[in-house]
Amino acid sequence: MIALDVTYARGAFSLVCAFESAARVLAAHGASGAGKSTLANLIAGLARPDSGKIILGGETIVDVSRGVFVPPEQRRVGFVFQDALLFPHLKVRANILFGRFFTPKAERRVAFEPVVETLGVSHLLDRWPATLSGGERQRVGLARALLASPRLLVMDEPMASLDRPRRHEIMTLIERMRDEFAIPIFLVSHASEEIERLADEALVFDQGRIIAQGAPSEALPGASRLIEGGRFAIVSGLAAKVAKIDERYGVTRLAHPAGEIIVAARLAEGPVRVSIRATDVALAKTRSTDTSVRTTLRGRLVKIDATDSPLAFATMELVGGERLIAAATRLAMDELGLKIGDEIFALVKSVALDEREI
Amino acid sequence: MRDVLDLTPQDWTAIGLSVKVATIATLAALPLALLAAYALARWRFPGHGALNAVTHLPLVLPPVVTGFVLLLLFGRRGPLGAFFADYLGIVFAFRWTGAALAAAVMSFPLMIRPIRLSFESVDRRLPMAARSLGANPFWAFLVVELPLALPGVMVGVILGFAKALGEFGATITFVSNIPGETRTIPAAIYSLIQTSDGDAAAMRLAIISAAIAVIALTVSEMLQRRARYGT
Repeated sequence: MIALDVTYARGAFSLVCAFESAARVLAAHGASGAGKSTLANLIAGLARPDSGKIILGGETIVDVSRGVFVPPEQRRVGFVFQDALLFPHLKVRANILFGRFFTPKAERRVAFEPVVETLGVSHLLDRWPATLSGGERQRVGLARALLASPRLLVMDEPMASLDRPRRHEIMTLIERMRDEFAIPIFLVSHASEEIERLADEALVFDQGRIIAQGAPSEALPGASRLIEGGRFAIVSGLAAKVAKIDERYGVTRLAHPAGEIIVAARLAEGPVRVSIRATDVALAKTRSTDTSVRTTLRGRLVKIDATDSPLAFATMELVGGERLIAAATRLAMDELGLKIGDEIFALVKSVALDEREI
Repeated sequence: MRDVLDLTPQDWTAIGLSVKVATIATLAALPLALLAAYALARWRFPGHGALNAVTHLPLVLPPVVTGFVLLLLFGRRGPLGAFFADYLGIVFAFRWTGAALAAAVMSFPLMIRPIRLSFESVDRRLPMAARSLGANPFWAFLVVELPLALPGVMVGVILGFAKALGEFGATITFVSNIPGETRTIPAAIYSLIQTSDGDAAAMRLAIISAAIAVIALTVSEMLQRRARYGT
């Protein structure tokens, strides 16, 4: 779908990257200044690489050595900006229809009604952008990009300036866009939970270089280990179901094959996805009941990554097949004497689970 | 008060001529001012500083010098004057067209400044957003940048028009002070002041020109107020 091999340098910053991907949602992850937004601009034609090629859906849109540079308006790459960047002098309706107006009739594959309905913007059509909230603005931004019937949607940190509930709402919408309109997405994000949830492939950037590529559950933790302070960004996502709300204590008990997960809040019925940070997981060789930790998940140790640093990362395969990563000191790992294949218990503090992210 | 509004046919000629000269000057200068302001605001090119300096020159040069330069360039024997006369049939020397040219040149810096500032205040990424949605650079300019810069463009047009209406030094140097042809309101006021009993008549014209200026400013305020887009 997309193949790319480019270099780009401005001042002290340089981006050198090459990859190929056919993912439905390809994510670019990394700290700010790592080069992921630059890459988004290069793909959309908002910036020119110094050398190299970009091939999109079989068409060469950039080839510096042959002087090929397809201008952005001919690439049919929709762009969703972090701050939506709506046209302030046009009402929502005109904003949404902007791209459609410039799309040749034969190429208009995306219809107005389903987009407006899916993104829930029908009641906003006669409003000015200045009167919208951040979440509404971003929904209009998504609708605007979608209605240009792009062959690729580039989203540059579309949720970074939103609060948590809004972020979840937009994530759900992006999932629906991905599933209902079948347009591939290139998602730039520094938030690993967004990528875990939305992407099927991830590129991890550090200082203008790709340091990992692969399935998000593999690539993100792998790469985060290499970045200083990255242990806080390692998150495992588990699928669970609300089993019971314990009214007496105000907690929710979630059913998971590896064990019960307690969340310190009342959640709505149905399936949920729990994000667990590697730094919030402790490991034990036996099921212990004499701690305050109520959530114990059973599994097998499948991998230990010990770096030169004081840290080690243990990957567990939980009962049911999902993977959970725990961060610990190398010292603790050695003193516990864990071996690959051992049965092991993960202790997760309920209070460390953020119910707003569920 | 009756005296004030008791205008002579000569007064009406000067007023009509002034409005015509200032209107033509503003309309003719506007496209060039838009182009120059946009180029100065958005593009980086060799000669950027030189273009900036040249457009501001009429603001700092003595008007009589600007008029003299126009006379040399656009006079009947001047290189540009001969070209316009021979190929386009437009003669500037001692004609109202020359007065319009002088007014356009003198008002150019005043027009450019607010237009440039308003282009600079439009987020550079907005035209990029338009292009990612399929608009080519011209369309992106026309439907995004220009409408957003419109308040500044309006201010530029009004300032330019007011300046053109009051232009005196370069005009009288370039095209003299011919009744019915190049005698605009300022030139007519000047002529009246030279006569012994012209003070009242000069006052009438002065009030008229002040009134036109106030109307122009009011109109520009109203136009700007319309462009608030829900804020």
